[in-house]
Amino acid sequence: MSAPLIETRGLSKYFGGVQAVRNIDFSLAEGELRCLIGPNGAGKSTFFKLLTGQIKPTGGAVLFRGTDVANLQAHQIARLGIGIKTQVPSVFNGLTARQNLWVAAARHDRRKNADAAVETQIERFGLSRFADKPVGQLAHGQRQWVELALVLCGKPNLILLDEPAAGMTEEERVRTAEIIREINREHPLIVVEHDMSFIRTIARRITVFDRGSVLMEGDVDEVFGSQAVRDVYLGHQAAA
Amino acid sequence: MIAVLRANRGLVAVGLIGVALLIALPLALDLFDLLQITLYAILAILALSLAFIWGYGGILCFGHSAFFGLGAYTYAVAVINIGESTAPLVLAMLLPAALAAALGYFMFYARISDIYVGVITLTLTLIFYNCINATAGSAYRIGDAYLGGFNGMPNIPSLNIPFLPDETLEPVGMFLLCGGLLLITYFALHALLATRFGRVLIAIRENEQRVEFLGYDARLHKLAAFAIGGALAGLAGCLYVAWGNYVSPPVFSVVQSAQIIIWLMVGGSGTLLGPVLGAIAISWLTLKIGTQQLVNASVILGAVLLVFVLLVPRGVAPMVTDTLVPWLLSLRRPAAGSHEIAQQGKA
Repeated sequence: MSAPLIETRGLSKYFGGVQAVRNIDFSLAEGELRCLIGPNGAGKSTFFKLLTGQIKPTGGAVLFRGTDVANLQAHQIARLGIGIKTQVPSVFNGLTARQNLWVAAARHDRRKNADAAVETQIERFGLSRFADKPVGQLAHGQRQWVELALVLCGKPNLILLDEPAAGMTEEERVRTAEIIREINREHPLIVVEHDMSFIRTIARRITVFDRGSVLMEGDVDEVFGSQAVRDVYLGHQAAA
Repeated sequence: MIAVLRANRGLVAVGLIGVALLIALPLALDLFDLLQITLYAILAILALSLAFIWGYGGILCFGHSAFFGLGAYTYAVAVINIGESTAPLVLAMLLPAALAAALGYFMFYARISDIYVGVITLTLTLIFYNCINATAGSAYRIGDAYLGGFNGMPNIPSLNIPFLPDETLEPVGMFLLCGGLLLITYFALHALLATRFGRVLIAIRENEQRVEFLGYDARLHKLAAFAIGGALAGLAGCLYVAWGNYVSPPVFSVVQSAQIIIWLMVGGSGTLLGPVLGAIAISWLTLKIGTQQLVNASVILGAVLLVFVLLVPRGVAPMVTDTLVPWLLSLRRPAAGSHEIAQQGKA
C-alpha cells in the first residue's frame, strides 16, 4: 500500500479534564473519500480541528505527506494544500461571490489565470445568477456552495468538509452529494457529517467516533450493519 | 483605453476635479483661504491614512495621532538640525512607519483581539502626549532642537525645494504640494487596493480565519498595511508642521485621534473619497464654530458624530452611492417606462 496522504499517530486532545480525543490512529490514502460520523460529543469536530491546525494537540502527531502539521500556523497548513470548509460557512460576507473566489484563486495564479479559475468554479456550481451579489445576502445553501467553490479555487491536495449539507434543502443536498462525488474524482476528501441519509449517498469508507475514540472503521454496509454503531446512535451503550 | 476610462468613471471624475481645483484655487482665492484649504488637504491625507488601515484593513486604531504627531515632531527636530527639508520629510514618514511596524508585530503576531488593538494604540498616543508634554526646559533637546514641553516648538522652517535650502515654498507652492500629494495618495491607495495585496487586506477585514485557510499570512498583510498607514500619517504630520511652522503636544492628543475617527464616520469609512470629504467638511465646520463664542466646538462635534452614528451609520459616501443614486434612478425609470408606452400607443 502506498504512503498515506494524511495520518495521525496517538493523537489526543484534552480540555482540562475532558478527553475530547483519545489516542487516535487514523490514516487516509491518496484519492480516498472518507466520512467521519459519530453522535454529538464523540470528538469529530475536535478531531477535524486538530487535522486543520485550528487547535493544537495535547499529544501525538498529524502527518500530511510525512510533514508534522501540529505546530504549523493555519496559513502554513493551507499552503501544504489542505482546503477546509467549516461548519458555519466561513466566507467573505461583504464581498461578492466572484470576489470571494478570486481571493482564493489568486493565491496560486496570476491575474488572468485566477480569473479563469474563478469562472470555472462559478460554472461548476451554477453560481452565475448571483456571482455579483454580496455573499452575505445569499441563502444559507448558496453560501455553502460559495464556500465549496472557494476551497476548490485554492487547488487543494486534500479537502476537509465539516457538515457540508447542514441547513440545506432536500434538493440542495442531492446536488451537494453529486458535487462531492464529482470533486472526489480529482481530490481526496474527509467529510464530517452526522446526517446518516446524506452519508449513505456519498460514502465508501466510514470511520465511526464515539467518546473520543474510533469505535470502528469500515465500508458503508459494514458500518450501517454493525450492532455497536446502532447502539451508539440509539444510546443503548449508555443504558447498559 | 476608453473602456478603462469608462469603467473607472468615478476615479476619472475625481482626478479631473482635483486637477482643476489645483489650478483654479490659487487664482481664485485670497491668501487666507488658500492657507486654510492647504490645511484641509493635509488633514485629508491624514484621513486617508486611517481610512486605509481601518476602513479597508479593519484595524481599529484609536490612537492614530501617535503617528501623525511622531511625523510632526520628527520633521521639526530633523529640519532644525539639518537645515534642509528633504531628508526630514523622508524621516517623518520612515519613523512612524517603523513604529507602526514594530507595534504591529507585537499586536498582530500575538493575535490579540481587535478591541485590544484599539486600547493599545490609544495608550500609545497618550504615552507620547504625556512624555512630550514633560519635555519643558533646556535639558530636553535633540541636537539644536529644543522640544519645549507644553509650549511646543516655534519657528520651524517651511519645506524647501529638494536640496535647495534657500528655495522655501511660498503659500501657493505649499498648496500645490499638499493638494498634489493628496491626489497622489488617493490614487495610489486606490491602485494598491486593486492589487492582490489590497484585495487580501479587504478579505482579512471580512474574515481573517478564511484568509488564513486559503494560505495567506494575515498577520504580515496587516503589519504591512499598518506601516503604510503610519507612513502616510507621518507625512501628514510633517506637512502640518511645515504649514504652520509650529508643533506642540496636542498633535498627540486623544482629541486629535478622535477627530480623525469622526471624519471617517461622517464621510464613510469603507471608502476613500468619504474620509477626504469628511475631513474637509468637519475641519471647515470646526473653523466656523471657532469664530463664535456661544457653544463649545467639541460639543458640536460630538453632536455631529452622534447624529451620523444614529442616522447615517455608514457615512455620507456609501449613502450617496448605495441609497441616493439608486433612488434617483428609480425615480427616472417609471417615467421612461410610461414614455415607451406612449410611443407604442402612437405606433
